[in-house]
Amino acid sequence: MVTGKGGTGKTSVAAALALGLAAGGRRTLLVEVEGRQGIAQLFGTDPLPYEERHLTDARDGGEVRALAVDAEEALLEYLDMFYKLGAAGRALRKFGAIDFATTIAPGLRDVLLTGKVKEATTRTNGQRRAYDAVVLDAPPTGRIGRFLNVTAETARLAKVGPIKTQSEGVAVLLRSPMAAVHVVTLLEEMPVQETVDAIAELTQLGFPVGRVIVNGARPPVPTGRAVSSAELKRGLAAAGLPADARTVAALAGEARDQQVRRELEDSLRGDLVELGLPLTELPLLPDGVDRAGLETLAEALVRAD
Amino acid sequence: MPSEDAAPPLDVDQILADPGVRIVVCCGAGGVGKTTTAAALALRAAERHGRRTVVLTIDPARRLAQSLGLTELDNTPRQVKGIDVEASGGELHAMMLDMKRTFDDVVLQHTDPAKAAEIFANPFYQAMSSTFAGTQEYMAMEKLGQLHARGEWDLIVVDTPPSRSALDFLDAPARLSRFLDGRMLRLLLAPARSGGRSMFSFVTAGFGMFSKAVQKVLGAQLLTDLSGFVAALDSMFGGFRQRAEQTYRILQARETAFLLVAAPEPDAVREAAYFAGRLREEHMPLAGLVLNRVHRPAVPELSAADSRAAAARLEDAGGHEGTVEVLRAHAALAQQAVREQRVAARFTEAFPAVPTVSVTAQPADVHDVDGLRTIGEAISQR
Repeated sequence: MVTGKGGTGKTSVAAALALGLAAGGRRTLLVEVEGRQGIAQLFGTDPLPYEERHLTDARDGGEVRALAVDAEEALLEYLDMFYKLGAAGRALRKFGAIDFATTIAPGLRDVLLTGKVKEATTRTNGQRRAYDAVVLDAPPTGRIGRFLNVTAETARLAKVGPIKTQSEGVAVLLRSPMAAVHVVTLLEEMPVQETVDAIAELTQLGFPVGRVIVNGARPPVPTGRAVSSAELKRGLAAAGLPADARTVAALAGEARDQQVRRELEDSLRGDLVELGLPLTELPLLPDGVDRAGLETLAEALVRAD
Repeated sequence: MPSEDAAPPLDVDQILADPGVRIVVCCGAGGVGKTTTAAALALRAAERHGRRTVVLTIDPARRLAQSLGLTELDNTPRQVKGIDVEASGGELHAMMLDMKRTFDDVVLQHTDPAKAAEIFANPFYQAMSSTFAGTQEYMAMEKLGQLHARGEWDLIVVDTPPSRSALDFLDAPARLSRFLDGRMLRLLLAPARSGGRSMFSFVTAGFGMFSKAVQKVLGAQLLTDLSGFVAALDSMFGGFRQRAEQTYRILQARETAFLLVAAPEPDAVREAAYFAGRLREEHMPLAGLVLNRVHRPAVPELSAADSRAAAARLEDAGGHEGTVEVLRAHAALAQQAVREQRVAARFTEAFPAVPTVSVTAQPADVHDVDGLRTIGEAISQR
């Protein structure tokens, strides 16, 4: 499960993790649950249906499949499994009844979503599991505790019945050694604060926190020493570049701003190290996250493992 | 070539100074500096334009909240001290939304204390008032309506909830009031209310089957609780819808200005474009786009490639380590700026008439009023 504050790139990290884990002839499933179609946008494909589809090949014969879980579809599938609704189920959707049912019980929506993830994770084809790994692009840090803590939410509302049983099964899997929640952050104050808060919450709820993943990281400050204007002027002249006062001052200003930023980043990095969890840094991709960039991130993630 | 030059410039001072503008709504994806932007604009309206301003924040970062003197979530506006309003005569008040308390207040306002106590004790109300996916958006609208009705402020600046999608802010109130008002709810609860007799007399067999399935899946207890909740809320239904519609109309009025907030990242720009389209559909007044965290090299004429090549030449020649570092840093910055312009152009191409302002990325995060003032100056390009 991959979470993180909005804007930290958790979808890209989840996709890279699915790619990395599929390398070498394995098969993984990349799942999204918030109806954002983030995976389709990232890979430039048509919107994903509620159906496991081939997404992309991974290195050395691997395969990543993708699934966008939709709570309404999952409820219909679920009802059909237990009550054989058939055409009546489709009529209900037209009625808006499915939307209604997932609205009256907020916890129900999350149980249906995580229930589908559990089903894919534990499904087998003969002796072999259908997927070597399932990677969930989970809700952001602000909602992750509530999303995963399905039993608490449903217990308040549904005191008996199959939903209760279902949510207990999900709870066991999510707290087992098979599961891990990775938290993605940037080296910026708010995402780091939310990371610290989310890890405290997840730990308290008994979910296994995997690693802290710093996205868009630049290496720590190299020298920490500011270059003087005279030195810069000589350097620019030696490189055959304009070395007039305006250029020198402007470049020195850029360097100063970057230095302030880097020092703040170093101090935030220190806060993350203090968490005592494995920390993985993914490099800043200067041209944004394209397919090659995802491959770079995938390698960095797998190397860290 | 820079994308922002294609769009007309956004003059936020003109908006903040206009006495006809009473509400500024900041909306956009999460993580783009929406709350900071809202706070900075509110401060500027008070300090520069002498307006009696209140800023409604939803979930501010701790240090930003502290900088506004907000130490607790007490759901009422508090005056912000230590700002520079001597010359202008303005005021700044700030508050954080407490969604549960706002919901409780609505209930208390519409019903008698005994009924309210019954509603508060209902587990369904508890779940809905604290976790329902649209409650925060609905309550933000409710609070905006309340602040507006009190008529105490010249200007209300609203930060919107960090929704899954920015559109939730517009959709949730309607969804929630439709739900609370809903025919569906009454259908589903019909058996519980009438002792289970009438279900099949007026709805399809499919619905009866569905209701039974829901009972089985969720357990009968849930329907009993829900029934109690709905019965208790019955008297309030009309009120809920009326209030949502009222606030909606205020948002369409000339006194409101929507500001989209984005960062030059693909997701944030896509959200902003969706939102711009949606506002147009709903006839809501879009004043412009604030593009935060834009990187702009101070020496634009030196390209990333040239800078990198020069760094390599110097490194080969030996010496000048300091300059090599500066050139590499400049190259990274220049490359990022080019990428950001490409991303931002996606919005400008789709909405060429929307005024836009680019705000240069600040080297450090904002923790105090001085920082907010600096951001305000950057947004107004002063």
